[in-house]
Amino acid sequence: MKIKMLMAAASTAILAATAAQAEKVKVGMITTLSGGGASLGIAIRDGFMLAVKQSGNDNIEVIIEDDQRKPEIAVQLADKMIQSEKVDVLTGIVWSNLAMAVVPATTAQGKFYLSPNAGPSALAGKGCHPNYFNVAWQNDNLHEAAGAYASSAGLKNSFILAPNYPAGQDALAGYKRTYGGEIAGELFTKLGQTDYASELAQIRASGADSVFFFLPGGMGISFLKQYADSGIDLPLVGPAFSFDQDILQAVGDAALGVHNTSQWNKDLDNAANAGFVEAFVAEYGRLPSLYASQGYDTANLLLSAMAKADVADQDAFRDALRAADFASVRGDFTFGSNQHPVQDIYVRQVIKEGDVYTNKLVGAALENHADAYVGDCKM
Amino acid sequence: MSFLLFVEQLLNGLQFGVMLFLTAAGLTLVFGVMGLINLAHGSLIMVGAFAAATVSAATGSYLLAIAASIVGAAAAGAIIEMLVIRRLYKRDHLDQVLATFALILIFSEGTRYVFGSFPLYLNIPPYLAGPVTLPGGIEYPLYRLTIIVVGLLIAAGLFLLIARTRIGIQIRAGESDREMIAALGVDISRLYTLVFALGAGLAGLAGAMIGAIQSVQVGMGEPILILAFVVIVIGGIGSIKGALIGSILVGVTDTMGGILLPAFFRLFMDNSAAMSTGSALATMSIYILMALVLILKPSGLYGGKA
Repeated sequence: MKIKMLMAAASTAILAATAAQAEKVKVGMITTLSGGGASLGIAIRDGFMLAVKQSGNDNIEVIIEDDQRKPEIAVQLADKMIQSEKVDVLTGIVWSNLAMAVVPATTAQGKFYLSPNAGPSALAGKGCHPNYFNVAWQNDNLHEAAGAYASSAGLKNSFILAPNYPAGQDALAGYKRTYGGEIAGELFTKLGQTDYASELAQIRASGADSVFFFLPGGMGISFLKQYADSGIDLPLVGPAFSFDQDILQAVGDAALGVHNTSQWNKDLDNAANAGFVEAFVAEYGRLPSLYASQGYDTANLLLSAMAKADVADQDAFRDALRAADFASVRGDFTFGSNQHPVQDIYVRQVIKEGDVYTNKLVGAALENHADAYVGDCKM
Repeated sequence: MSFLLFVEQLLNGLQFGVMLFLTAAGLTLVFGVMGLINLAHGSLIMVGAFAAATVSAATGSYLLAIAASIVGAAAAGAIIEMLVIRRLYKRDHLDQVLATFALILIFSEGTRYVFGSFPLYLNIPPYLAGPVTLPGGIEYPLYRLTIIVVGLLIAAGLFLLIARTRIGIQIRAGESDREMIAALGVDISRLYTLVFALGAGLAGLAGAMIGAIQSVQVGMGEPILILAFVVIVIGGIGSIKGALIGSILVGVTDTMGGILLPAFFRLFMDNSAAMSTGSALATMSIYILMALVLILKPSGLYGGKA
């Protein structure tokens, strides 16, 4: 931890020392570095900074601030970064409710926003904007893949639950879009909820044959441990958010064998990914999570655009971003017309490698998948 | 709704209530005896859970982990009482709130500095894992049953401690007249440290017990703290009996409201509207309960004069 902070301080110092050069791109990263969702923001930051460091590019300056998962703080930070720091690009936000508070105001002020995680449906459809790029996924995507997987696995009666916030609503909508079976029950939980005894009792009483859940971060740890202890023996399906590398160790055996869907995994076979996983382990001493891969891709997209165009020339810079001319750790990566990814989404399974819990790829769930809102975007 | 689901939810409500009691007991003692609002009580829950996770990782023993949570949190409580809290007894509530809020930030960032931001692993021991079948065919996790039993035993123990022992007499005397008991030769500042450490130890125990079924992470105690304040307002400040009754009332109301209200609205609404109206009302139900209690008994169910 200490070493990491020293390195961060040193890299900031190096960045500050080169501030005088021309054509610098100033990036404001607002992400969650404290509180319950901190592991997600830290992974995004670490992935992003790794790509910046690898590039050796001195023309990028990154200012990192902690939003504490609070929309009002994220808005203040964005205002500060745009108005007094004069950043060119904002990025970093983990949570969709924070993205909804920050992104529209950012793009309206003529700044670019590159989302390394949150992809609320409102910003993919009618609210799309030429200066807003999502590098991760539209929120529904991984859930659509989960629905497609559940159908192909022959599950016919799912109980589904998610927290009550924009991404949670997108999650259930996404699952239902591709899932062919019946819904045994549908629940919205509180964001940040830690005790799922009541939900588990309802799952037990519902007569479902499977459970789909979207509970990112600490919520997923609690749910999985309590599910394993409840004696309910139904197959679980979910997006990768509850099975990411950073929380699996805290879940332990309770997650073993569960199928989950992701656009990325550490064993995805391409050169960029192999290099990323190796460099990340060497730099931070832990395996990367999917959030880290998204942060890494976001930085590489930005660096690819910087190599082609000057950020002061917004149209040229936008075209350069749109071209997505970088080696993504996901393999093929292109943007759809609403500037959200068109990509393959895979099914993974939680396994134990030695002492470490991790995921392995077991197949593809959806190929070249775009999102459901692209038609609503007039761009 | 089936009978089994109803009973299971009732048990869940009881378990939630018992957990709240472990937090609220310390809070109500500190508030009642010393007149101190301690916002940092939630941090002591976190300290207990992290102590338990560390010891469990090192030794693999759950019982040692539980012991560590109580000792660790009580020690942390005693230290902050002597260093910070002691200076706040004579100040007004605003100063207390400010200082103890600062303690939350110090504890959270300190824990992050030492343990990092990623959640720690703490699991249920094998001999308490899995469900048991209760009479009537109800399957219920053994661990949650254990929490209920342990919580009720501790409630009984605290009750005896306060009502039947010498230290209990001193605590009650300190509550009603602190100058007089000091004049009678009781070392009041040692008594205060002891009461504070006792409350902290109980919070630490709560942290270790919920840490095993939830996640051990920075800031985990804060959501419980708000409900614990509701509990002591309902139960009456300073009353252990009030804290127990209040905790179970809040726990059962919260859990049953979450399932009964949507079911009720489903009688005359479609599913998704019933779900959202019902759960919106359910989150309000404990505050409505608190308002009702305060209208009928302004100093809480078992509170003295306000």
